[in-house]
Amino acid sequence: MYTEKVMDHFQHPRNMGELENANGVGTVGNAKCGDIMRIYLDIDDKQIIRDVKFKTFGCGAAVATSSMATELVKGKSIQDAMAITNKAVMEALDGLPPVKVHCSLLAEEAIHAALWDYAQKNGIEIQGLQKPKSDIHEGEEDEGEDY
Amino acid sequence: MGKIIYLDNAATTKTAPEVVEAMLPYFTENYGNPSSIYQIGASNKEAISKQRDIIAGALGAKSNEIYFTAGGSEADNWALKATAEALSKKGNHIITTAIEHHAILHSAQYLESRGFEITYLPVDENGVVRLEDLKAAIRPTTILISVMFANNEIGTIEPIKEIGKIAKENKIYFHTDAVQAFGQVPINVDEYNIDMLSASAHKLNGPKGIGFLYIRTGLPIRSFIHGGAQERKRRAGTENVPGIIGFGAAVKRATDTLSTRSEYETKLRDYLIDRVLKEIPYTRLNGHPTDRLPNNANFSFRFIEGESLLIKLDMLGICGSSGSACTSGSLDPSHVLLAIGLPHEIAHGSLRLTLNEEITKEEIDFVIDNLKEIVTQLREMSPLYEDFIKKQG
Repeated sequence: MYTEKVMDHFQHPRNMGELENANGVGTVGNAKCGDIMRIYLDIDDKQIIRDVKFKTFGCGAAVATSSMATELVKGKSIQDAMAITNKAVMEALDGLPPVKVHCSLLAEEAIHAALWDYAQKNGIEIQGLQKPKSDIHEGEEDEGEDY
Repeated sequence: MGKIIYLDNAATTKTAPEVVEAMLPYFTENYGNPSSIYQIGASNKEAISKQRDIIAGALGAKSNEIYFTAGGSEADNWALKATAEALSKKGNHIITTAIEHHAILHSAQYLESRGFEITYLPVDENGVVRLEDLKAAIRPTTILISVMFANNEIGTIEPIKEIGKIAKENKIYFHTDAVQAFGQVPINVDEYNIDMLSASAHKLNGPKGIGFLYIRTGLPIRSFIHGGAQERKRRAGTENVPGIIGFGAAVKRATDTLSTRSEYETKLRDYLIDRVLKEIPYTRLNGHPTDRLPNNANFSFRFIEGESLLIKLDMLGICGSSGSACTSGSLDPSHVLLAIGLPHEIAHGSLRLTLNEEITKEEIDFVIDNLKEIVTQLREMSPLYEDFIKKQG
């Protein structure tokens, strides 16, 4: 059901983990629906994405799209990163099954949420960037029972 | 791909070699239509009748109370829709449960759209129907109670005997979907006061595409498929002769091995459950701890999602299933896991492993060892786990 590229990124996710010196972090998605993505960005003074990491709770496509999205934005300027759409992520993965297209949208949103966080922290405005819709505030989704 | 460890026997089973062997002549030599007058046709009528005897015997039913169908879903549809039609003058209320298979749930929803009223009984945290809820739901207009014998996802066995008793006391017909239970646990339709029962061959090492509905003598259930006089005018269509032969062989096999098989599987199941719960933190067992099908284990691993888990298991040749949304083709996780009270995010991280008698302890150890590693990997990748650990300090 998945392309070889999707399987490759799922099996060997690129840039997986946390970034301690991140200056932009965005978390999108909804545990209820089974997908949460978090993107960490380390953006330098020239507004170039020096490093990027991700963490994802979700299906194979969710992991693969997060992984591919981090590859696509790494080393790019903020403006170039803004131009990366979910379509670009999907194409880079040689396509996704129709029911998984929302995963690629989530990857795009996660990048935007991290950029938004960076912009907020640094008091700047990024052209074309709006407040992410499905941004999750920390801890909000962690009300499950303990066992 | 090397060796396969098939742990999805609730989805379907391998057709047993002796079943295939019994079926083969009915494709190549004894291919006649049982309704025909000549020998190669008419003799098949007898062959079918023998299988009917075997199956009826396994249930404590009479042979002429077994009606072959194309599978469990057809039997479920028939039981609900034909009862509703036959008794619509008496009442329009049907009681079922929130954890039924979709063949029941969607039939019930269809009847709702036709003016019937359906009560979907809730279940407790183990997936068991509460008898007091059932009693309270009964109305003068109730025409049918349909409660599954055992749940396909979490394996919980329902109190069928008690439910049958309540149905009988209230003079309401009682149907049970025994697709998962038939061949796995002993069933007697008289002892349990069952009026109708659905079953399917491919869940007990028989072929796909053949099932039956048991209909107690005297029930006013009419035909659901029209066109011919087969199955005593209650189910038209040329009999699936090879399928019926295979079903009979599978039931004979399942009946002969039932006690040794269930003892072996229960032991292995409990070993699997104990090790997983002990060795993988933040894990819960779904379904009743003891009143469950001998071959069913269902876990929820917090902070991870089921499809990812299944893909990683598949890479090792391990076949399982999950109730996560991604595997159901919708945005919601399994209705059964939600009905037992699991929050969505925990329901998404479920894994069902269903054994068979060929699975060895070594294979189960291999599965658990790898499961531990995969769950750890996926948690390392999970933002939910990261937040949880940070919160713990």
